[in-house]
Amino acid sequence: MASPPLIHGPHRAASMLLRDVHLFDPWRGLDARKDVLVREGEIAEIAAALTLEAKDGFELLDGKGRHLLPAFFDPHVHLRTPGQEHKEDLETGTRAAAAGGFAAVIAMPNTDPVTDSGPLLRSLRESAAREARVPIGFMGAITRGLAGEELTDMQELRELGAVGFTDDGHPVASAGMLRRALAYQRLCGGVLSLHEEDPSLSRGGSMHEGEVSARLGVRGIPSVSESTMVARDAALAAYENGRVHFQHLSCASSVHAVAAAKADGIRVSAEVTPHHLLLSDRDVLKLDTRMKVNPPLCGEEDREALIEGLRDGTIDCVATDHAPHARDEKEVPFEQAPMGTTGLETAFAALYTQLVLPGVIDLDLLVRRMTAGAALFDLPVFAVEVGQPANLTLIDLDAEWVAGEQGWESRSDNCCFAGRRLRGRVLLTIADGAVAYRERAFSVVSV
Amino acid sequence: MNHLLSIEDLDRAAIERIVEQAERFAEVSDREIKKVPTLRGRMVLNLFYEASTRTRSSFEIAAKRLSADVVNFASSGSSVEKGESLKDTVLTLSAHKPDAIVLRTPWAGAAELISRWCSAAVVNAGDGKHEHPTQALLDVYTLRRHLGEISGASIWIVGDITHSRVARSNILAFQKMGAKVTVAGPPTLIPRGIEALGCEVRYSLEEITGADVVYALRMQRERMIESSLPSLREYVACYQINARRLSARQVLMHPGPVNRGIELSGEVIDSPRALITAQVEAGVVVRMAVLYELLAGTPERNPSQAPEPQLA
Repeated sequence: MASPPLIHGPHRAASMLLRDVHLFDPWRGLDARKDVLVREGEIAEIAAALTLEAKDGFELLDGKGRHLLPAFFDPHVHLRTPGQEHKEDLETGTRAAAAGGFAAVIAMPNTDPVTDSGPLLRSLRESAAREARVPIGFMGAITRGLAGEELTDMQELRELGAVGFTDDGHPVASAGMLRRALAYQRLCGGVLSLHEEDPSLSRGGSMHEGEVSARLGVRGIPSVSESTMVARDAALAAYENGRVHFQHLSCASSVHAVAAAKADGIRVSAEVTPHHLLLSDRDVLKLDTRMKVNPPLCGEEDREALIEGLRDGTIDCVATDHAPHARDEKEVPFEQAPMGTTGLETAFAALYTQLVLPGVIDLDLLVRRMTAGAALFDLPVFAVEVGQPANLTLIDLDAEWVAGEQGWESRSDNCCFAGRRLRGRVLLTIADGAVAYRERAFSVVSV
Repeated sequence: MNHLLSIEDLDRAAIERIVEQAERFAEVSDREIKKVPTLRGRMVLNLFYEASTRTRSSFEIAAKRLSADVVNFASSGSSVEKGESLKDTVLTLSAHKPDAIVLRTPWAGAAELISRWCSAAVVNAGDGKHEHPTQALLDVYTLRRHLGEISGASIWIVGDITHSRVARSNILAFQKMGAKVTVAGPPTLIPRGIEALGCEVRYSLEEITGADVVYALRMQRERMIESSLPSLREYVACYQINARRLSARQVLMHPGPVNRGIELSGEVIDSPRALITAQVEAGVVVRMAVLYELLAGTPERNPSQAPEPQLA
């Protein structure tokens, strides 16, 4: 009997009336002012605006002018536990998630030690049961120590609740090794989530190879480092009839490779990060280490292809690849800095400000792509539906704020959007029926 | 000017101002006593994270000719080897209140980075493969002396462009001075996208006869190890500047140290067309001009210090 995939810390089921909210759930075609009653953590009633009364013991929240959305799902975060708690831990990471409107996250196994064995996964899940502000699903490693040489005990990891498998941070460089993992997937199930990079092409590069890297004299990573591996692994998945998910696509040629694989009926899916959708290698010109990410920020034409891929469904979902690093680790010359940016607290607002407000995509599509990740890992997509557990986020789309100005919930501050003026502020997040985040200035009307 | 971080930051007027100041300092170098009191009481700190003999000593001589005090700090055998970060090293050394820090590191952007951490004027003496602005300035100085006018000249930079900070600074500096720059070398050692800097790219030396100036770069042996080149022999055959390729009307430059018999043949090094020793000589006066530009006439960087009496 397999363990449940998502683990939530101690929480108190909420009972509240969200009065006169603008309910917006693209999956159910909801786009209207409503009252939403949450009872004991469950969506109990959805009624016309200003028709429900808060009974005793129910918190009353005035939602006028605010949007109530299904909460977001992030299939790709780094919570740095165990071993790198100076960057993040399960509590701070899930606090950051809640502050960004996410009601569940999937944590990567490139921890120290690597989450590559049953006992480690078990102890991580025990920690999560004490600390997780929103439910966490854990991935197991594909190969022991992420070394790319031996498979982990994938079946045991699955039985203990591993959502899937990944060597994220590293590619599975050997085609033979990935083929064995795909074959083994027939026994254990679980999506193989792939960080695509050909080390013989990336060769220790620090940024995208192109005009900017040529100008800066910084070793570049060619975009074919990613896209040739996407194509290779789609072919392997087809051969083994496996199921793979491509992480953090960064360039046009990868989008094309995923589209081709999908057209061939291969079971693949793909994600993209807010930073790859909104930034390009031009943002690296100043050698700000917050812009150093893996895969690197690519060219403007790549960014446009990613947006198009998100729009046409080639890319299934948004994932933040939230990758916290301590200040002293990032306060070094660019080439020495570790790769990664935090992203949970800014994902929605950054995408809303830079893609939805200018009319590049609509809110409907953004909300779909920020919630769809769950389905890719065989988890239910959060639904605003009577009888379902409440996984909701209340957002003031008009609120303007400066990213990072009031600090971060994350333990780290290496956010590529820091200092940007953003629109759209999460006021409240209900995860698995419990209040996981409440914006400080957002107060209760009555209890 | 507060710092010298890159050629990219400079306009033609600033380059000319420094070069013309260097011409005035050239006269000092010919004196019996090669010293002026201009920067007396000022401190120049050489902070070098990479082995360097000529650049470091050139800065040291330049500072001493201006009567500044010089402290040399090399990363080997220092706190850096004990794991001290660049930031902590700079903060620690800043406690000695240097007026200028001359920094060489293997990391792009490091000079710009430390300029935010200290009040000293920062001089970039090479940041990774990014820039080496004083080399470009001394090359402009040398060329001006030999050609009279750089504007309109055709300059070919030949060799490993990918790994050369000298190439990047010189492409920019020569173009700012009005020259037309072509880079040439093995396709594996010319970075994709370098045309964005405004230069032309050639993979063979067939058209090098059209150049007024041939600027050869040092070919490092480690490029063979990472197999960016099939062999040195093949490099020599395709790209060595030798008497066959260099005509009498062309001048030859090289940032040093040269690999005699590899990127340059012995006969061209020893020929009158080579400006290589003139470049070394120019290094001191140009760096004097840079230190002068940054420190002379500006208020003390550390107002807490008692002002030094000014001696003319």
